[in-house]
Amino acid sequence: MAEKKVRSLDEVTIRFAGDSGDGMQLTGTQFTNTTAILGNDLSTLPDYPAEIRAPAGTLFGVSGFQIHFGSTKIHTPGDQCDVLVAMNPAALKVNLVSLVDGGTIIANTDGFTDKNLKLAGYAQNPLKDGSLDKYQVHAVDISKLTALALQDLNISSKLIDRSKNFFALGMMYWIYNRPLEPTIEWIKSKFTQKPEILEANLRVLKAGWNFGETTEIFSVRYEVGPAKLAPGRYRNITGNQAIAWGLMAAAKKANLDLFLGSYPITPASEILHELSLYKSFSVKTFQAEDEIAGISSAIGASFGGALAATTTSGPGLALKTEAMGLAVILELPLIICNVQRGGPSTGLPTKTEQSDLLQALYGRNGEAPVPVIAAATPSDCFDATFEAARIAVKYMTPVMMLSDGYLGNGSEPWLIPDFNALPEIPAKFVTNPEGFLPYSRDEETLSRPWAIPGTPGLQHRIGGLEKEHLTGNVSYDPENHDKMVRLRAEKIERIANDIPLAQVEGDTEGELLVISWGGTYGAIRTAVNRQRQKGSSVSHLHLRYLNPFPRNLGEILYRFRNIMVPEINLGQLIRILRSKYLVPAIGFDRVRGLPFKSVEIEKEIEDILKGKK
Amino acid sequence: MSTRVDEIVRSSQMIGIPKYIAKDFQSDQDVRWCPGCGDYSILAQTQRVMPDLAIPRHKMVFISGIGCSSRFPYYMNTYGLHGIHGRATAIASGLKIARPDLSVWVVTGDGDGISIGGNHFIHLMRRNLDINVLLFNNQIYGLTKGQYSPTSEMGKVTKSTPYGSIDYPFNPVSLALGSSATFVARSLDRDPKHLQGIIKRAAEHKGTSFVEIYQNCNVFNDGAFFQFTEKETKDDSVVFIEHGKPLIFGKEKDKGIRLHGFSPEVVSLKDGKYSVSDLLVHDEKDTTLSFILADMTYKSHLPRPVGIFLAIDRPVYEDEVEKQIAFAKEKRGEGDIVRLLNSGDTWIVQ
Repeated sequence: MAEKKVRSLDEVTIRFAGDSGDGMQLTGTQFTNTTAILGNDLSTLPDYPAEIRAPAGTLFGVSGFQIHFGSTKIHTPGDQCDVLVAMNPAALKVNLVSLVDGGTIIANTDGFTDKNLKLAGYAQNPLKDGSLDKYQVHAVDISKLTALALQDLNISSKLIDRSKNFFALGMMYWIYNRPLEPTIEWIKSKFTQKPEILEANLRVLKAGWNFGETTEIFSVRYEVGPAKLAPGRYRNITGNQAIAWGLMAAAKKANLDLFLGSYPITPASEILHELSLYKSFSVKTFQAEDEIAGISSAIGASFGGALAATTTSGPGLALKTEAMGLAVILELPLIICNVQRGGPSTGLPTKTEQSDLLQALYGRNGEAPVPVIAAATPSDCFDATFEAARIAVKYMTPVMMLSDGYLGNGSEPWLIPDFNALPEIPAKFVTNPEGFLPYSRDEETLSRPWAIPGTPGLQHRIGGLEKEHLTGNVSYDPENHDKMVRLRAEKIERIANDIPLAQVEGDTEGELLVISWGGTYGAIRTAVNRQRQKGSSVSHLHLRYLNPFPRNLGEILYRFRNIMVPEINLGQLIRILRSKYLVPAIGFDRVRGLPFKSVEIEKEIEDILKGKK
Repeated sequence: MSTRVDEIVRSSQMIGIPKYIAKDFQSDQDVRWCPGCGDYSILAQTQRVMPDLAIPRHKMVFISGIGCSSRFPYYMNTYGLHGIHGRATAIASGLKIARPDLSVWVVTGDGDGISIGGNHFIHLMRRNLDINVLLFNNQIYGLTKGQYSPTSEMGKVTKSTPYGSIDYPFNPVSLALGSSATFVARSLDRDPKHLQGIIKRAAEHKGTSFVEIYQNCNVFNDGAFFQFTEKETKDDSVVFIEHGKPLIFGKEKDKGIRLHGFSPEVVSLKDGKYSVSDLLVHDEKDTTLSFILADMTYKSHLPRPVGIFLAIDRPVYEDEVEKQIAFAKEKRGEGDIVRLLNSGDTWIVQ
C-alpha cells in the first residue's frame, strides 16, 4: 500500500446529506464535536425538513448538515461546500448547487437504486453518466460495506441500515485526520442499554476509517490545524443551549429561581428541553397548554419574584402579543426569547429568517415599548440572553431577545465565561411598608419597586388598567395617562445610557458602512473583511441593541457616504434607520429561509462602491 | 442555597397570623359595581370567610381576567393582579408553581373563564394546582353591555342575538368535572350562608377548587336565577346536595331524588310509595355520581343541584414539581453553575 499524501488546508466545508431518517444531523454533530476538540474554529448549519420522517428518497425529505472549520477565524457555516457526502440521489440533487466547482462528492452507491433515482427525478444514474465530471466523485458501497462489517452479528437489516451513517463518519474522520475516540466514547455512553447497537455502531465507525486507510480510493488526506483562538477553556454550543444556560446564569447572578413558561414550537423547543433537565438548579419549567399560557404563567411567576422567561418562535410571539402589553404596564421583569423562523403564518418552520424585528419592536396594542436585543452568533445567545435578563430586572420590564433558526440550531466553539466575571444583576425586593408606593420610580432608571406577595404590609394590586402615577391605583385621568405613557417610554429610552456604544469595525468614516443585526453577523463580517483586504473603503457596524439604539448610532451613520443594510426580510431595520436618522440607506434583502452567503454580500458591496446602486 | 424569595418567605412566616375581621380584607378602593349587583354579596361573603382561613393576608393573592367580576382583586386588601381577558388561570398557575407558599385565588366570570379563557380553565382543572377558582356566572356579558355568554340559555335575545341565541350553553360544573377537577361546587349570590360555607370548603381543599356562583346582573340579565334564589320558588326548584345526605327538597321537604337506572327522577315522599331510604344519598367522593348530579342542571323537570358535587384527593401539581426538584437534588446534588458551564466535551486553547 502506497503511503498516502497529507495536504494541509486552512479551512474546509463539508456537507452531510441524506434522507431525514439517515442520521445526518447526528453524523454532523459528532464530526463537529470531534473537530471542536481538535481546536479548529468552526460554524455549523443544520438544514432539515419540517417533516419528521418524510418519504424516503424524496427531494423534500433531504436532511443536511454543513460544517465549516478551519485554522483561521470562522464566521459562517460556509457559502458553498468543498465536500458533499450524499447518501442517495435526492441528497445529491438538492445539494449539488452548494458544491464548489471541482469539489468532492462521496456518494453511497447503494442508495442510487432505480427507485431512488426515479424519486429524485434522474433519468440516468449521475454517478455513471458523466454529468459529474467536473467534480471528484468517490462512489462507495457504504450500505454493502456496513452490512459486511456486521455480518456475523445477529442483527436486523433495519439496524444495519441505520448504522451506515457511522461508516460515512469513519471515512470522513480518516480523510480529515480526526480521532475516533470522542465518537467512540459517545457511542459507549449513549447505547449502554443496547449492547448490540453499541457494538454495531463501533464496528461500522472503525470499518469506515479502515476503508479510507486501506483502499486506493482516497489518495490524499487533509490536515486542518488548530485555529488561533483566545486562550481559555472551550466547548461547542448551539444557540438554543446557550439561551438556556444564559437564563440559568442570570438567575444565579440575580439570586432568583428561574421559571420558564413555554409551549413547544420549532425551532425553539430545545430551550424548553434543555431547561427541563436542570431541576437540581431549582429551575422550574412549565409546558403550558398554549403560547398565551406560556407567557401568562411567566408573568405570574415574575409577580411572585422568579426570574421568568418564555421562549417561542414567530407564530407563538404573535399569540403572546397581548400578554407582553400586560407585562409592560405591570412593569415586571420578563425575558421573551424569540427564535425566528420563516413566516408569515406557519411559513417555513425549520428555516431561518429575520422577519420578526418589527413585530418585536411594535407588535403590541397601545404605546408599549420593549427593549430588544439580538444575538449575533450561536454562542452570543448566552451573552444576549444574560444581558436581556440584566435589563429586565434592573428596569422592571419585559425584554425581547431575538435569535433565529440558524443560530438556534447552529453551533460554534464557545470560550466558556468566568462566571464570577459576569455582570451583576441587581435584583431587589422591597420589604419596607413605610412610604411604599407600587408605582414610585427609581430616579435614575425610572424602574418601579418589585414587591412580591408574601411580604408583610405591602399588599397591593396591579393590573392592565392604566395606573395612577405613584399609587398604581386605577386611573382614567387624561393627564395621568399621558404622563404614564411617557414615563414608560422614557424608562426604556434611558436604557441607552446603560449599554455599550456602537463600535465600527474598520475605518470610522468613509465610503460605505454595512450594518448588520442578529444572525447575519458572520456572513457580513466575512464579506466586509474580504473587501477590506482588497482595499475597499468599507466598514462594518453590528447592532446588538435594536431598542433602544446605542446613543452614538446617528453620528456614526452621518460619517459614511453610503449605508447598506442586508437583512433576511424585506427591509425592517432599514425602515427604522431611515425614519429615525433620515439616512438614504440601501437595502439588500434575500428571504430564502437560508443564511446569507458572504459572496453575495461582497458582490453587493462592490456594486455599491462602483456606483451601480 | 437560599434565594431572595426564600428570605421573603422565611420572614413572612415569622409573623404570627393576626386575628382578622372581615373589614381587614377590605382595600381602600371604592367598590364600583352597579348598585344592586350580585358581586357585592360575593365580595362580602368572601371577606367574611377570610378570617376563618388562618392565612395571613400578605400570603393571599387574588388574580382575575377581564369582566365585571374581574374587578374583584382591587377590593381585597391582599395582593392582587388584574390580568388580561381569560388568562387569570394561566397567570395564577405560574404564580402558584413559583410560589407554592401562597394562597392563590382566581376570580372570573362566564365569559372570562369559559369563553375566552376556556382552554386555560380546563388545563388548570386537570393539573390540579392548589388554586381556588370563583366563577361568577350571570349568563350575560355585563362589562361590554349585554351580549349573550357561553352560559346564556338558547333563544336568549340580547344585543348580539336579536333573533335569539342559537348557541347551546355550557354547564360550568359539567365542564369542570369533565376536565377532571377534584373539587367542584355551585352556590348562589343570594344565599350568603351557603356561599360562605362553600368558599371555606373550597379554600380548605388541597387541589384546584372550582366554585360556580350564580350571580344576578340586575342591569343586563335581571332575575336570571330568581327561580333558584327567591323565596317563592327556591325550595321547589333547588336541591341542596350534601355529603352523606339523601337528596330531599321542596317547601315541605316532601320531595326527593331517586335514581332510576342512571337517571335521577323526582319522587314524592307524601304518597307512601317512596320513603327517604329510597332516595339517592350524595357522596362527594363518587366521581360517577358527580356527573349524574351535574347533568341535572338544565333539565326543567328536575330541581337545580346546588352544593359540593365532588371533593376528591389527587396529587397536586406544584407538590409534584417540588418533589422532582428534591429528587434531582438528592440524586445529583445541588446544581453548580460553574460546573455546568464547564461540562461536556471541553478543550483548552493555550
